[in-house]
Amino acid sequence: MLGDYAGEVLGAYALSLGAIALIVVLSWRQARAAARQLRRAEGRHGQD
Amino acid sequence: MSFWTYANPKKFTDTVTPMIPWIFAAAGLCLATSLIWGFFFTPDDYRQGAIVKIIYLHVPSAMMGINAWFMMLVTSLIWLVRRHHVSALAAKAAAPIGMVMVLIAIGTGMLWGKPLWGTYWAWDPRLTSFLILLLFYLGYMALWSAVEDPDTAADLTSVLCIVGSVFAMLSRYAVNFWNQGLHQPASLSLDAETHVAPVFWYPLLVAIAGFVLLFIGLVFLRTRTEIARRRTRALDARAQAALAV
Repeated sequence: MLGDYAGEVLGAYALSLGAIALIVVLSWRQARAAARQLRRAEGRHGQD
Repeated sequence: MSFWTYANPKKFTDTVTPMIPWIFAAAGLCLATSLIWGFFFTPDDYRQGAIVKIIYLHVPSAMMGINAWFMMLVTSLIWLVRRHHVSALAAKAAAPIGMVMVLIAIGTGMLWGKPLWGTYWAWDPRLTSFLILLLFYLGYMALWSAVEDPDTAADLTSVLCIVGSVFAMLSRYAVNFWNQGLHQPASLSLDAETHVAPVFWYPLLVAIAGFVLLFIGLVFLRTRTEIARRRTRALDARAQAALAV
């Protein structure tokens, strides 16, 4: 189906989807860590 | 209700939090639909063969790489004029996403260019301005990290954003100004006919929608993260100041 260009096409898809997955996963992990740290800070110091 | 109510960090956070999962779901649906449709259900191009299927990743990522910088420009100008912290944090949040989009565009472009042009890279006006845009993204993120005071960092990065917008504009319009270069004319234009055949056009539109939704979801998520971090720093600083008294 892809003929001579199988490597380039599959490589492009792997690169792109891998990069998208990386930024999405990293962003979620950072969001969870920040929320956890904020809850701890509010617990230590009290909310406004 | 005024748009400026979302300059309030709590209002912004409360508004976007329930939206984020839906935006990501819609983005995933659009991306899956477009990539499956384009990969399996569109023909090979009569000249380029199957390599044309990279279009569903290359064009949307290139568009978002440029548009992310323009979004950062708008939010940076809002920070400089109105001093809304949410705006500055949104610009900071968008930078890594824009950088990833530019990297995807450059990487997929290289893989597309090798069989088509016989080379992975050429110092073509559009490619060169894209590379410079990537360097601006890296510089922008480095500047945020290098300056300790967040407000000063926001000021300096906003100025950098304004300067970098020149290259974002060049990336978008270089092919209209210069006749030399390998890169083909813009695939999309509001004021000219498109250069994409109809059979590729509709899955490409869905792919673009997927990338736009992905960008919006990530900006909302990352801005919310920056707001939480800023709030944590403020609470810790206030506690330390109280101890010092």
